[in-house]
Amino acid sequence: MNALLSTAISGVILMFVGLFAKNKQSIKYFAIAALIVAFAANFIDLRYVLKMGPYTAYASMIKVTLFTTLFNAVILGCTLVYFLLTGSGFEKVGDEVAEYFALQFFILSGIMLATSFNNLLILFLAIEIISIPQYILAGSDKYNLKSNEASLKYFLMGAFSTGILLMGIALIYGGCGSFDLYKLGLGGISMSPLTLSGVLLIVFSLSFKVSAAPFHFWTPDVYDGSPTVFTAFMATVVKAGGFIAFIRLFQIAFQGGIVNQQWTLVLEIITACTLIIGNITAVYQQSVKRMLAYSSIAQAGFMLFSLLAFNLRAQQGILLYAAAYSLATIGAFSVLLKLKDYTFDGFNGLARKQPLLAFAMTIFLFSLAGIPLTGGFFAKYFVLTAAVQQGGMFWLVIVAIICAAISVYYYFKVIIAMYFKTGEPEVETPSGAYKAALILTVALVILLGIFPNLLLQFMK
Amino acid sequence: MPVQYYIFLSVVLFCIGIMGVLMRRNAIIIFMCVELMLNAVNLLMVAFSKMWADAGHVDAGAAQIFVFFIMVVAAAEVAVGLAIIVMMYRNTHSVDINLLNRLKN
Repeated sequence: MNALLSTAISGVILMFVGLFAKNKQSIKYFAIAALIVAFAANFIDLRYVLKMGPYTAYASMIKVTLFTTLFNAVILGCTLVYFLLTGSGFEKVGDEVAEYFALQFFILSGIMLATSFNNLLILFLAIEIISIPQYILAGSDKYNLKSNEASLKYFLMGAFSTGILLMGIALIYGGCGSFDLYKLGLGGISMSPLTLSGVLLIVFSLSFKVSAAPFHFWTPDVYDGSPTVFTAFMATVVKAGGFIAFIRLFQIAFQGGIVNQQWTLVLEIITACTLIIGNITAVYQQSVKRMLAYSSIAQAGFMLFSLLAFNLRAQQGILLYAAAYSLATIGAFSVLLKLKDYTFDGFNGLARKQPLLAFAMTIFLFSLAGIPLTGGFFAKYFVLTAAVQQGGMFWLVIVAIICAAISVYYYFKVIIAMYFKTGEPEVETPSGAYKAALILTVALVILLGIFPNLLLQFMK
Repeated sequence: MPVQYYIFLSVVLFCIGIMGVLMRRNAIIIFMCVELMLNAVNLLMVAFSKMWADAGHVDAGAAQIFVFFIMVVAAAEVAVGLAIIVMMYRNTHSVDINLLNRLKN
């Protein structure tokens, strides 16, 4: 709860900082300081929960659990890495640097709500607080037509899916008579047709928000059109935030009894579609930015496994997956930002010109592909073993493993271009601070791959 | 009046909204159709609130509070959405979403 307050207040303060700040650098340092404060506030929450157990707040509108605080810590940590790696890229998008940071803090406060909501009203508000600032960030490059179009497309699709989410909530209310997750009582042996259609509408709308196929069609266009700095944020932290809302809703309210059978099959089909469509389409991309957009769809398929399995391992899996995937993708986007040409050919010969960038990119792509000794390996291992423990979806695990093998092809295309092809890539010389942040990110990715228990030891 | 009438009316309004979003090409009209969807939900919420109040639920007013939240969020969305449409109109002098196909390749 402290983390929620501190991110929301920091967002408001940052808008005022923009008025008084002398230069753009100081805004960035202020944002990093605000993020550290939020991290400390979250640490207080974590200590409190470890000592006293879960607690509710605001007339039981939100409920803070151990999982909530750990996920918040992952989200805030990834955002810190994001600010360190790409904070200087904000100035190239436009002049309103303070506003960009402020909007990202508002998104963070939305995610803090999404990790702790206890009421369908807060779910709706959290999803909207996450979405609306993103429409603005997508269109922040005001005179670039691609950015305009990304923004408009994202806005229209996002508002449409919000309408569907609300209809789902209204129908569930009609069937159950409550918005409180613990009072819905969907785990019984019978349910009304109203509730059933409400549950399905919510499944569709949230699949839309986390860009699961067949509701993914907006993703590549929006991620490709938005300024690259903000794509890095949207594809990682925000997507993890959408997933946590999804998981919390389904694990608390939509579990057990008859409701389980109703949506499990739908979600299994969505997972299979996401894995297959995401990976196969990524193979055909010419631009690395677009390839990373499709890879984010494919990775969402793996994260959906943690929704299908209701055990501790699934919760550990999503925690590790969110951390490993976000760190690796933020790192890959930050390397991409340094390059002029976003096609695969733009990477030719990077290893000779900038060995550090090429090495870091290699580690990030290894992690995304799930090669052992990087964080991505254990993340995939945990979500897939959770699904096997749950039972009944062995076919889906096999599909996932085949898709992971396909993904190696398009990730390694970049590595081959960097190390085994010759060329003169146009690359910006990285600053010392950027190099230090890059080494820190690589270290974190490898650390998660060797000692995943550093993160998971709290989940008992 | 039985609640079924309200359910039918809301679902019809909601479906008109969905059809509008899927079939119209003008960004403003699509936006209006999204608002129609949201207002269909508002109507349904209020009807269900009355239904549960008649059934003796003590906290049936929650749905009416929910309607206020939907209105506020819809207003915020209008502010952002119209700004985005104006921004696009300045650059292309059109609000036709067929222009969006440029991103495909």
